[in-house]
Amino acid sequence: MRDTRGHTRKPGLRLWLSGGWITVLVLAALLAPWISPHDPLAQDLFAGRMPPFWQAGADPNYLLGTDSLGRDVLSRILHGARLALTVALIAGVLTCLIGATLGLIAGYYGGWADLVISRLVDIWMAFPPVLFAILLIAVLGTGMTSIIIAIVVIDWTRFARVIRAEAMSQSKMDYVASAQVVGRSRLGTALTEILPNVLPTIVALLTLEMGIAVIVEAILSFVNLSISTDAPTWGGMIAEGRTSVHQAWWVLVFPLVALFLTVLSFSQLGEGLKDHFDPVLR
Amino acid sequence: MQILRRMIARLAATAVTLVGVAVIVFVVIRVVPGNPIAMMLPPGATDADIQRLQELYGLDKSIPEQFLIWAGGVLQGDFGTSISLRQPVSELVLGRLPATLELSVMALAIAVVLGGGMALTATLYRGTRVEGAIDVTGGMALSVPDFLWGLVLILLFGVLWPLFHISGRISPSLGFEFQSNFYLWESFVRLRFDVWTDIVAHMFMPALALAIPLAAIISQLLKQSLKETMHLDYVTLARTKGYSETSIITREALPNAILPTLTLVGVQFTFLIGGTVIVERLFSYEGLGNMAIDAVINRDLPLIQGIVILFALIFTVVNLVVDMTYAALNPRLRHA
Amino acid sequence: MSFLSIQDLTVRLRGKAPILRRVSIDVAAGEVRALVGESGAGKSMIGKSVLGTLPQALGITGGRIILDGEDLEQLSPRARRQRIGAKVALIPQDPLTALNPSRRVGPQITNRLVDILGWSRKAAEARALELLAEVHIPDPARVMRAYPHELSGGMRQRILIASAFAAEPKLIIADEPTTALDVTVQKQILRLIAEMQQRHGTALLFVTHDLGVVSKVCQTMSVLYSGMVVEDTNVREFFASPGHPYSAALLAATPKYTDPDGSLTPVPETVIRAVEEEVAAFDREMEGAA
Repeated sequence: MRDTRGHTRKPGLRLWLSGGWITVLVLAALLAPWISPHDPLAQDLFAGRMPPFWQAGADPNYLLGTDSLGRDVLSRILHGARLALTVALIAGVLTCLIGATLGLIAGYYGGWADLVISRLVDIWMAFPPVLFAILLIAVLGTGMTSIIIAIVVIDWTRFARVIRAEAMSQSKMDYVASAQVVGRSRLGTALTEILPNVLPTIVALLTLEMGIAVIVEAILSFVNLSISTDAPTWGGMIAEGRTSVHQAWWVLVFPLVALFLTVLSFSQLGEGLKDHFDPVLR
Repeated sequence: MQILRRMIARLAATAVTLVGVAVIVFVVIRVVPGNPIAMMLPPGATDADIQRLQELYGLDKSIPEQFLIWAGGVLQGDFGTSISLRQPVSELVLGRLPATLELSVMALAIAVVLGGGMALTATLYRGTRVEGAIDVTGGMALSVPDFLWGLVLILLFGVLWPLFHISGRISPSLGFEFQSNFYLWESFVRLRFDVWTDIVAHMFMPALALAIPLAAIISQLLKQSLKETMHLDYVTLARTKGYSETSIITREALPNAILPTLTLVGVQFTFLIGGTVIVERLFSYEGLGNMAIDAVINRDLPLIQGIVILFALIFTVVNLVVDMTYAALNPRLRHA
Repeated sequence: MSFLSIQDLTVRLRGKAPILRRVSIDVAAGEVRALVGESGAGKSMIGKSVLGTLPQALGITGGRIILDGEDLEQLSPRARRQRIGAKVALIPQDPLTALNPSRRVGPQITNRLVDILGWSRKAAEARALELLAEVHIPDPARVMRAYPHELSGGMRQRILIASAFAAEPKLIIADEPTTALDVTVQKQILRLIAEMQQRHGTALLFVTHDLGVVSKVCQTMSVLYSGMVVEDTNVREFFASPGHPYSAALLAATPKYTDPDGSLTPVPETVIRAVEEEVAAFDREMEGAA
């Protein structure tokens, strides 16, 4: 009984809108090499800072205008989606696997394993996450792999915390005890009885984590520590747009809109899935 | 007695956390491939020069040895010397700390006012469209992190409708001589409201960017908690005494609804402080976070260590303060 | 002229299912009237309708509530609140939840006097001390400074009674004031309410399901079934010869204090069916009129 009367939140609409945007994004990312009007790296110094198509002095070849080096903003956003989603998918899944495993171990086995993992989580919580990520990239060097490792290292605690608590309450349930009475091994019980029950939470968290991965990647490219200075990342475009915001707003606005909608969609999708799966809330 | 024992346990856990943070930072930054000494010397420096400087910064010893030397210094308040800025780390860090503290506290104040206002309004108009609109706004504010809100604010109020400054901490043209680094506080105490206004105009946007997600959390938690409180008998009793809905919410329900919100807000406030790192960068605000990013880019090991430890310390202190406030506000704990 | 006159009051759930069916009840100045019925009969909803504390899903859809010559439903919400605050008070059911846990007892007694009726803080505090002594609370000054959690349930109910009488209201609505208390404390509290009522001459609307309580405290009574008044009588007459079959059955189902071991007869099926029939007929008539 979340709402007793009047307005009800529409999880359906929320799921459709956010899911729709993610689908569009996945298509754009997959088809980027074919649908991009230009090479995202190609510079045209004679066509620098061209405004988007509806403004005076625009070149219809560059629908969303160009940056200071004359690179096509639209093509860079499309290729940027490719990088963002790759990072989101790989980093999200890896973070989830590692964090959820540690959380299950801590919550289900308890004892010293729980003690060590919980202590680690506490220590991790005392780090400013952005600074930690930047530090890791400085150590690991720039590049896609480093970014993914950095996200996994800073964010595994998010899964570990939630899954630990869930696994703990689940392992106290009767059906888990009865599974053990009939002689199932502890590991077997964990996998067959507890995992399926925490799976909805994991799926929802994974979706949220993908949004976070996208934003971490953008922040790292913003401080110039992402893949490479040239690569068409949304964060890199935003960093450039930030410095020239008074001369060429479109260099900032379009990648920002893409990033904003993506982060919002992942988050809303995650929340929506959580409500959808959660029989208590539904 | 019980409270005392709990506090001691908390302090012990805090110490373990801080040592853990120190060890991790220490080890992580020492596997950096690039040699920080080589980076700071002009090209053509001899190996002997590098050797000499490494000895100066103690980088020729083993990592455990370096850690013990560093930890010994820290216990005496010596955090070493910054490699890139060649000043004592403690001096640099304490010089920047006030800027970050002022920004965080201002953000917290904005978040409390905004979130509290949203929760109270939604409670007053519960079951109407107003509540629905506040729920949707809050949900959006929560889904998008401070970094993105900062960019949105830059576009809206820095470019489209330039109400505020979007970079720096104070207009250099003011030429005001500060005696401390608490600019906002000092200008206020010295009654220089022209300077104060200028500082606020610089701080407001980064503070708001940091505040928006926290405001949404405060709003959601407080509203939930108010909703539960509004059904209780003492609220009904107050209603029969002739109080208006507004004063029932603020006088009867709010004091009891704040407590559960408070503990959660404490944790969220540490997240906000963590967010200053990137938001300061975004608004070129000369605080601790901005310095931290430069330190990482310059491989300034002592400075990085100092800043990270300070952040960890702030986080743990905030949590302690929240716990103590909770105990002080709750009459049941106070008289236990 | 009665002080409170409820006429044809109808309350519905979300504008549909009737909770109160054209209830009419009069309470004269100084009268002690019981509202009796099983749980769910709607007796508490009558008090809540007068006080303006109905749950949000419920709404008054018909009838009038006239308090001291004024139709409450015609007043602005603000004026209505103020009239209730000045003339009516509530003794709530559960003393453990009816005091604000984060505030001291004193201000919770004086707040109506100071905030609504404009007394000085000093006068209000003197009045509160006087009343706490009147409800037999030892060391009133200390209790004024205490937090609710430091006091027992019986003490808290005494405080709530003192608080109800503080502003000399003309009418007090007591909503099952002893149900949440221990049996031994129940008797003391009941005696105290009766004593206070007599001393102050306040009219009392006593909501209860306990006929034993009714016989001790009340003069007149209304018996409710399913939101409908089935009998309106005075207490002595009711116990001598109940006028409605349902009333008679209810009386038979109540343990006698004189004969605690005597057999209890549950309300018989036939009586229930007959009274349900009556309710249904009433509903048909109501729909027809609307």
